Amino acid sequence: VFESISQKLEGALARLRSKGRLTEADVNEALADVRIALLDGDVNVRVARSLVDRVRERAVGAALDKSLDPGHQVVKIVYEELVETLGREPVRLKLASIPPTIVFLAGLQGSGKTTTAGKLATWFRREGKRPILVACDLQRPAAVDQLRKVGESAGVPVYWEEPPADPVEVGRRALEYVGTTDRDVMIVDTAGRLAVDEELMAELARLKQALSPHAVLLVVDAMTGQDAVSVAQEFVDKVGVDGVILSKLDGDARGGAAISVRAVTGAPIYFAGVGERLEDLEIFYPDRMAGRILGMGDILTVIEKASGAIDEGSARTLQEKIAEGKYDLEDFLAQMRQLRSAGPLGKLLSLLPGLPGIGKIQESDVDERELSRIEAIILSMTPEERANPKIIDGSRRKRIARGAGVQPSDVNALLEQFFVVQKMVKQISGVSLPKRLRKLASGIDLSALSDAGVGLGLGTATPPSSGRALPRTPAFKGIPGATKKGPAKKKKKKRK
Amino acid sequence: MRYLLLVAVSLSIVLIVALSLMVRGRRSGVAVPEREAGPPAEISRGAADSREHLTSQIGAEAGTTAQAPFKELAPEDRAIKAPDTTSRSGSAVLDAGVESSTGVPSELLASRLVKARRAIGVALGRIFKRQTIDSRTWDSLEEALLAADVGVKLVMELVASANEEVRARKLTDPRDLVEVVRHLVEEMLAGKDRSLAESENPPTTYLFVGVNGSGKTTSIAKLAKRLSRGGEHQVVLAAADTFRAAATEQLEIWGQRVGARVVKGSEGGDPGAVVFDAVGFARAKGASYLLVDTAGRLHTNVNLMEELKKIVRVATKAGAPPSEILLVLDATTGQNGLSQAKTFKEAVDITGIVLTKLDGSAKGGIVLAIEEALGVPVKLVGIGEGEDDLIDFDPKAFAEALFGEVLLTDDPEST
Repeated sequence: VFESISQKLEGALARLRSKGRLTEADVNEALADVRIALLDGDVNVRVARSLVDRVRERAVGAALDKSLDPGHQVVKIVYEELVETLGREPVRLKLASIPPTIVFLAGLQGSGKTTTAGKLATWFRREGKRPILVACDLQRPAAVDQLRKVGESAGVPVYWEEPPADPVEVGRRALEYVGTTDRDVMIVDTAGRLAVDEELMAELARLKQALSPHAVLLVVDAMTGQDAVSVAQEFVDKVGVDGVILSKLDGDARGGAAISVRAVTGAPIYFAGVGERLEDLEIFYPDRMAGRILGMGDILTVIEKASGAIDEGSARTLQEKIAEGKYDLEDFLAQMRQLRSAGPLGKLLSLLPGLPGIGKIQESDVDERELSRIEAIILSMTPEERANPKIIDGSRRKRIARGAGVQPSDVNALLEQFFVVQKMVKQISGVSLPKRLRKLASGIDLSALSDAGVGLGLGTATPPSSGRALPRTPAFKGIPGATKKGPAKKKKKKRK
Repeated sequence: MRYLLLVAVSLSIVLIVALSLMVRGRRSGVAVPEREAGPPAEISRGAADSREHLTSQIGAEAGTTAQAPFKELAPEDRAIKAPDTTSRSGSAVLDAGVESSTGVPSELLASRLVKARRAIGVALGRIFKRQTIDSRTWDSLEEALLAADVGVKLVMELVASANEEVRARKLTDPRDLVEVVRHLVEEMLAGKDRSLAESENPPTTYLFVGVNGSGKTTSIAKLAKRLSRGGEHQVVLAAADTFRAAATEQLEIWGQRVGARVVKGSEGGDPGAVVFDAVGFARAKGASYLLVDTAGRLHTNVNLMEELKKIVRVATKAGAPPSEILLVLDATTGQNGLSQAKTFKEAVDITGIVLTKLDGSAKGGIVLAIEEALGVPVKLVGIGEGEDDLIDFDPKAFAEALFGEVLLTDDPEST
């Protein structure tokens, strides 16, 4: 229904590109589309306006200085402003020097506080902390039960009292109790409220006064629209907000609310909820979110996940193989297995931006059984065949198919795909590494991509891969370009 | 050394893209629904579980009905109770008139939304302060509509239509402009059947679907209260949200409050089995209504959408096809609401929308876009936390709340 922001920008910038110099009128025209795109992404109307104003100021000035490709310039500025608004760097929640660190979770009804409490507890537990959950939502029926169950599955203790009880009293007693234990992080689940509910806001304020938490975290539903601003403002005014957690980011909402809330509270966004399991809480990366709002997909998350699956030893072996131009089915198999060990491949793939020709991949599009079948096919080959698949002829194919329990045509399909991958690998291997990275980084040319009909998510890939806008995560310098090159090349191959 | 990792990773991405192409090309059929909490139970097993529960429930039945508070309450009593339930939300409005069901006074919604108007009032106040309709008037109007989550596309259409009319009628007073737009909104919402369908073959089944945290369980409880008409009709609730921790408990507590029986299954069990049992139970008890609560699901999760289709199939097979499939939508939802409605409609052909939490500052303007694009009418509106705070959707009141009497607030930006 809605075009992605990047599609919109493509349209707007195509016009700019044809000119060559950037006039104020040009910028204005482009920015009208940028504004629409931001609004479609649920960025608050006033926040969007000020963002557009800032971009305009920078865009017009910059273009007068040097005659860069104007399209690149504007997209880059929009992206940078988004990253800037979102906080630029990921921020870690600071713990109190004297435990326990007390964290409040506050938010509207249905924003996901209780679930987030469980996720946060799981997060701390994995960080080697000893969290405890406190049930101070005595409003919603069965909220205490829910938190107890969540605590149970998270393996984290829960302090609770049978409702009805005064949440402030419960909070006080919980704090006393925690003092007698070795628990060092106290996560307090509070009652959900509508922002207009003065009484509950006052209760939250009293609870805050009683416990003096180190951080009041506002849980915000990523699907929230324009109202995110007034909600955040209300909480800032009545209670104070030290940080934000964005929930339900696993849907298809662009999440413009993140920008709105951030603009209003000025507080850092610490985490994002990205799934239904307790482990599905991630550090919030402003640059990735900016990419998402612009419809660029969450490439960096994919990279991080994929890299987590590959150990350094095998990385080195692979590097050597590539250097020699050898990349065979054995490597393919090993890599696939490693990736799969990191979790469902579909989940990983669904984070990619819409790929040319195949569109956006849904988690459910990837049938894990299919992957197992691929594995079975490779396993049915002899070592010689795996090292040199070209020798596979009709009778070998039949044998392999029988061994794997598939049709010979399936074996063929796999081989065809593999040869494509092999070609891609060869292309990467020719160049020395630093050069290669540079080439990849600069090689993502907006116009080149759109000439090739790629457009969409990949088209706006320029900003993150161009030097200054790079994510600060040191381990992944330069990779955004590299990874995007992959799909892009793939695309060209497919077309021929 | 880090570079090695980089190369490996970039290759991996190439690889997974390649794999995805393969898988896509050959993919056939639908993946098996999988959800982390436990394997989908066999129907027979889930059924056994809930049947076991049923017997205990039927055993305790005598006690339940005696406790049911609604039995003794005449409508007048409820009117007395009403201030209690609404006082917490700080609203002075009594909803004694609600119970007459269809004829909900539009003042009710309008006055409940006084606060909702605050934000929009600021923008419209700006329109009023201007003497004539000029470009800034149009900008303010546009901003007011955008701030109500109406969405860019629709706002542009509305503004264009309004512009035509203003020219045709040579209007100059900004007040008339607001009137024109309000009329346009009302027109867009007019002429739709917003009543809840009844089945000739009881129980009439209503299925509630929606994303996490939209307010399904609460809406069900409120509707159960309404439908029972003080105990005249029996309402059964099916706790088919077997996924979220304590969802069943939440529904049970509500069931006790509003005097409806709850059929439940095991946590992590098969929701279809719960529905199947609930249909049987409702029929055996001669219940008029069966309201089915489902687990919150993001519409992007295809497996869970499949699960929903299955629930509909089970209910249909059991002889109680849902007369209404209601999408519960949080009024604070932004443009994603349209995507939600679209996907849920594709999956289970939703017949109506329950717009919840309209008593906050959000205006729920996205429903305009949904009605326009998909033709799915809003049928019910949640306007508070009390048991009686679910009313029929009244287009006039809705438009009124968006473009009602404008608060002439001091707006720093208008000077």
